[in-house]
Amino acid sequence: MSSNEQYDAIVVGSGAGGGMATWRLAQAGLRVALVEAGPWYDPADDSQRTQFRYPWESPRRGASTRLRPFGDFNACIGGWELDGEPFTTAEGTDFMWWRARMLGGRTNHWGRISLRFGPLDFKRRDIDGLGDNWPIGYEDVKPYYDKVDKLVGVFGTNEGLPNDPDGFFLPPPKPRLHELYYIRGARSAGVPVYPARKSILTKRINDERGVCVYCRQCDRACSLHADFSSSTVLIYPAVASGRVDVYTNTMVRKVDTSPDGSATGVSCIDRGNRRELRINGRSVVLAASACSTARILLNSISARHGSGLGNSSGHVGRYLHDSTGASRAAFLPELMDRDIYNEDGVGGMHVYTPWWLEGANLDFARGYHLEIGGGMSMPSYGFGFAANQYKAFLGERVGGYGNGLRDDIRRFYGSRLSIACRGESVPQYGNYCELDPNVVDEWGIPVLRFDYRWTEQEINQARHMQDTMEELLEASGGVLLGDKPGPERQYGLTQPGEIIHEVGTTRMGDDPATSVTNRYGQLHDAGNVFVADAGTFVSQADKNPTWTILALAWRTSDYIVEQMRQRNL
Amino acid sequence: MKMNRRETLKSLLLAPLAAGAATAGCASGARVNWTELPREYSYGRTEAEQRRDRELFAESYFSEHELVTIAVLCDIILPSDHPNGGALDAGLPDFVEFIVKDRETLKLPVRGGIAWLDAYAVAEFGADFVNIEEPRRLAICDRIAWPDVEDPVLQPGIRFFSLMRDLTLTGYYTTRQGLRDLGYQGNVANVWDGVPTEVLARHGLRYEPEWLAKCVDQSRRDIVATWDDDMNLTS
Repeated sequence: MSSNEQYDAIVVGSGAGGGMATWRLAQAGLRVALVEAGPWYDPADDSQRTQFRYPWESPRRGASTRLRPFGDFNACIGGWELDGEPFTTAEGTDFMWWRARMLGGRTNHWGRISLRFGPLDFKRRDIDGLGDNWPIGYEDVKPYYDKVDKLVGVFGTNEGLPNDPDGFFLPPPKPRLHELYYIRGARSAGVPVYPARKSILTKRINDERGVCVYCRQCDRACSLHADFSSSTVLIYPAVASGRVDVYTNTMVRKVDTSPDGSATGVSCIDRGNRRELRINGRSVVLAASACSTARILLNSISARHGSGLGNSSGHVGRYLHDSTGASRAAFLPELMDRDIYNEDGVGGMHVYTPWWLEGANLDFARGYHLEIGGGMSMPSYGFGFAANQYKAFLGERVGGYGNGLRDDIRRFYGSRLSIACRGESVPQYGNYCELDPNVVDEWGIPVLRFDYRWTEQEINQARHMQDTMEELLEASGGVLLGDKPGPERQYGLTQPGEIIHEVGTTRMGDDPATSVTNRYGQLHDAGNVFVADAGTFVSQADKNPTWTILALAWRTSDYIVEQMRQRNL
Repeated sequence: MKMNRRETLKSLLLAPLAAGAATAGCASGARVNWTELPREYSYGRTEAEQRRDRELFAESYFSEHELVTIAVLCDIILPSDHPNGGALDAGLPDFVEFIVKDRETLKLPVRGGIAWLDAYAVAEFGADFVNIEEPRRLAICDRIAWPDVEDPVLQPGIRFFSLMRDLTLTGYYTTRQGLRDLGYQGNVANVWDGVPTEVLARHGLRYEPEWLAKCVDQSRRDIVATWDDDMNLTS
């Protein structure tokens, strides 16, 4: 089967990048086919809503499952393993790969932490001699960050920090009690704290979307559309324009090309009936996620593109890198026996610490930021485990049974403070994904094989994270929980892929021999194929990638519109 | 069959469990007050998830003896003589049964734990755990409810009891009764406007005026945001 229509653009993937490309191209008057491997999704649809559910509405009380690894109420359909869609790893690689299969992709469960990259983040090689500079700088992306701020909405504060740029922010929510303890503790240790920056509407930005009602459940997707999901903010308005056809449950096999090497459309499979489908278009925008986009390109082999589309440099899949991560928690005796009130607040933290040691003499090159957790959350599976373990810190006996346990539960409820670090790794040519020639998924598509190892840079950074977390938790009045992981556990460093910030597989550059796309995300090898996901990142900063994905996807879309206007496409 | 199982369980808890054994005193009539758990759940499930849950509901893993033992333990851990009800009022052990089936790694520890408990009760008091008198059951619990006990013979029992305590408390505190017992106030649409003043005072903390000045003025949350060219919010 083949689409009757010749679309102006075919967008593959409906996450942050694909949603933005779809919205912008449709707004510019283009006819767009949006192809998504999973189903249609709207959290405002009661049959799909998990927000405001009580724990007993799940028979497992919100526990995680293989099909819902972040818990039974989490919005994201997908996971670390997908039935029928395996991937493989090289020996010695423990890569984790989260794939979403739904409209909006991974924007349905992300933390809404929305951080612009700073000027230094585009030019890290100039500073530490490692990796490569981006071909563009902050000044190229800034106008798009500005536009994204206003279109999507993000709360935060203008602090005038050199590498954490100001923005068009909505005002942030006030800190919670445990966050006040953190602020005081961090300040006493000489570490700065600022209001968090998150794409949650603390204030109205238009008549279509609601305003936050402080339920702390952004990870369940907001039925009021008061946080950023690609579907709620970008795709529904794009579809309403009448210029977008959405192909859901449709898995892209490859990009089809003509003998001259340019793309003519995409070959897909309808997951519902297993029928092949061809969608025709003048241009193709890949935004399937860094690794899935690389996979599609590598599978798009033709006489003209013998090693895969866009891969004449051999760089598709190379420089794959994820954020680093480590975490630690403490018990705050001052928060025992606390007054109980509703402190749900927004999803996740109200305060954070951006990288504060730029230029310091350290045994690792790149920075990290601190995310603060704690408070009186709604109980779900796991609540009450080791219910009175903190009694050990008070010299009291742990264990027992009977109604006294109720007092223990109340006494320690909300007395935990936690920190999660998210850092920048140094991109490596030797960390990559490639096709595994021996394995196909249930659609017959060759799967990815990952080969990825951390270097001393990331391991040393993780050691520093552990020291910092220990210092700040204690400075906040906390009694440390658990053991401090040492070198035998790489200082608690998360596995590659685990933070779900994987980027770099189709990096941009001015030299076609060492990069996959140009500075606009356009393939060096095929002028009408673009990448609008984090594959184009030359380096992932000590920030979360979504805001930069959105800004770059908008920039790429503007470029496509302009090229079409000039009849270059 | 499932409906009947609950009835069966109830009658087993109410009646003497085996000829010649003591009555199941801990679960005597007055204390058994079952709360029905929902049989169907609808909260945005994919087809694969619905299929999985149907399979789990249909699966029989525990024997009646095991289920009664679970019920008796849940009742000991969180008894019903409390205004907010106990484990049995909150629908345990149905929850324990479901979660153990759902999480493969719990199956063996719970089954093996019950078997250990029975073997220990037989050796000490001559009958299965549920078939000895309540004071004797509690005597066993007193030996295995405290993880600091170092007697190697008791370690399997201590681990099992800790697991049952975890499952009982998590099961209870994720029900309506449990949230009431805790005093949980959230999961409702509201407007967060900071820590209550009296709480701040109690903790000797305050909001810094400079920080507070940056925060949202909730009386203006519904006014559409506008900015000047210098990134200052003007609405």
